Amino acid sequence: MSEATVILYIFVLACFIGYWVVWGVTPSLHTPLIALTNAISGIIIVGALLIAGSDSEGGVEAVGFVALLLASINIFGGFVVTHRMLAMFRKNK
Amino acid sequence: MIKLPPDVLALVYLASAALFILGLKGLTHPSSALRGNLLAMGGMAVAIIATLLHPAVHSYGWILTGIALGAVIGTAIALRIRMTAMPQLVALLHSFVGLAAVLVAIGTFLGHEHSTRVLRAEIFAGCFIGAITFTGSLVAFGKLQALLPARPLAFRYRHLMNLLLAGTILALGVQFVLAPSLTTLVLLALGAGVLGVLLIIAIGGADMPVVVSMLNSYSGWAAAATGFTLGNPLLVITGAIVGFSGAILSYIMSRAMNRSILSIVLGGFGAAKTGETEATTVASQQGYKQAAVEDAVFLMGNAARVIIVPGYGMAVAQAQHALKELAEVLERKGVEVKFAIHPVAGRMPGHMNVLLAEADVSYDQVFEMDEINPEFASTDVALVVGANDVTNPAAKTQSSSPIYGMPILDVGKARNVLFVKRSMKPGYSGVENQLFAQDNCMLVFGDAKKVCEQMAAELKTAA
Repeated sequence: MSEATVILYIFVLACFIGYWVVWGVTPSLHTPLIALTNAISGIIIVGALLIAGSDSEGGVEAVGFVALLLASINIFGGFVVTHRMLAMFRKNK
Repeated sequence: MIKLPPDVLALVYLASAALFILGLKGLTHPSSALRGNLLAMGGMAVAIIATLLHPAVHSYGWILTGIALGAVIGTAIALRIRMTAMPQLVALLHSFVGLAAVLVAIGTFLGHEHSTRVLRAEIFAGCFIGAITFTGSLVAFGKLQALLPARPLAFRYRHLMNLLLAGTILALGVQFVLAPSLTTLVLLALGAGVLGVLLIIAIGGADMPVVVSMLNSYSGWAAAATGFTLGNPLLVITGAIVGFSGAILSYIMSRAMNRSILSIVLGGFGAAKTGETEATTVASQQGYKQAAVEDAVFLMGNAARVIIVPGYGMAVAQAQHALKELAEVLERKGVEVKFAIHPVAGRMPGHMNVLLAEADVSYDQVFEMDEINPEFASTDVALVVGANDVTNPAAKTQSSSPIYGMPILDVGKARNVLFVKRSMKPGYSGVENQLFAQDNCMLVFGDAKKVCEQMAAELKTAA
């Protein structure tokens, strides 16, 4: 099995996991769900890090830096705002 | 600096993916949700630290600056944003993921002097999805922030144009795969960007719950495509899960509107703005009953059970705190108060729940449509604040209505319906609400926030 095929396997299986996990989320938390999935899609920062940290010439590094900055804003903004929202969901006793 | 061997790195990424999945699993219930978010944060931290120790990462100055700067900007925005503006924020953040995907695709291409066809096909996919996500999300942001008109901007032959544009991009993509060239890549990214604008600009304001979910999905697929490009399983797993999450939400939203995803994506739905005549005049011409705040208060004060139905109008008027206050006063008088939420109320899925949570309404007092619909028949007063189409009985009875077949909240079955309205303007669909003609329905005119505040004040003095 080539590397590309292995990745395809992983992709398809992950789709199933996504399907089951997301159907389990309670509808009242759909907004935090979007904010949280948005935060974790910031994982694209891994790609940005590999480009920005490589020893390539200035242009490539600059492209990587901008991608890194955007992904970082996304990660911190997404997680913090999700935390803010979830902290508000309380049960009054 | 120590460098991690490939297998260790892969295992750390695996742990990170598991933490993301457990994190999302936490959102199954509000009581476990905060822990879920923390787990996901942990997954992200682990992934970033491991990548910093990746053998291919050599220089750290710019990287650490970028992360720190992003942390400051992101945290500052997240701490300041108002809960009513959550849809805009999410749209803006989606656009960042999209642009990052485009840049990573271009950066990867530039970093590989001898790229294979498979790699270039993956770069093409990342660039294409990323660019659509980027500009589409910016347009959605503009609409939600009212920088762009919310109504659908539909022009003739736009489907044909979109199709031609998509065909051109595909052709450029094939050319890029066969003969690598930065110019072709940039051109096709620009084309995809234009396509993203055209796709979203034709979709109206109240269809935004679907648009936000859809762009959420796209941002996931963009991350997954990047994962394929880099041969990185963590990005592929995360991207697939996020992609599916958005797709499922889009499905739930479109089902709650009884419209196919396709018809929403193709756009053009939503009525043109009609002239505003004095609301009270129109209402009396139509023979609709009106109620003063005092009458409404009398009805609610003597009720045993009240169900409050909030809609987008509540968000616009920032009336959630006033509504919470009203509910509290009622409860002190021994009235049972519940909140009923339609899946598409607001501008993103679950929008109303967050606003009510912000106003400190207990989550076990808030019910979804299917849970609460059987209870309207035994309810004394249904108070509708800023919702319209989602309560219109025409969706059940009038097969010619554009909203026919849409599941609605059965407020009309309550003994009395109090409908707080700012004007006589029909809802998003442009249809008149048949509820108004019902004997048990009374309209209370005014700004949602002011009306609710007055109601609470009146009830207090009546005590």
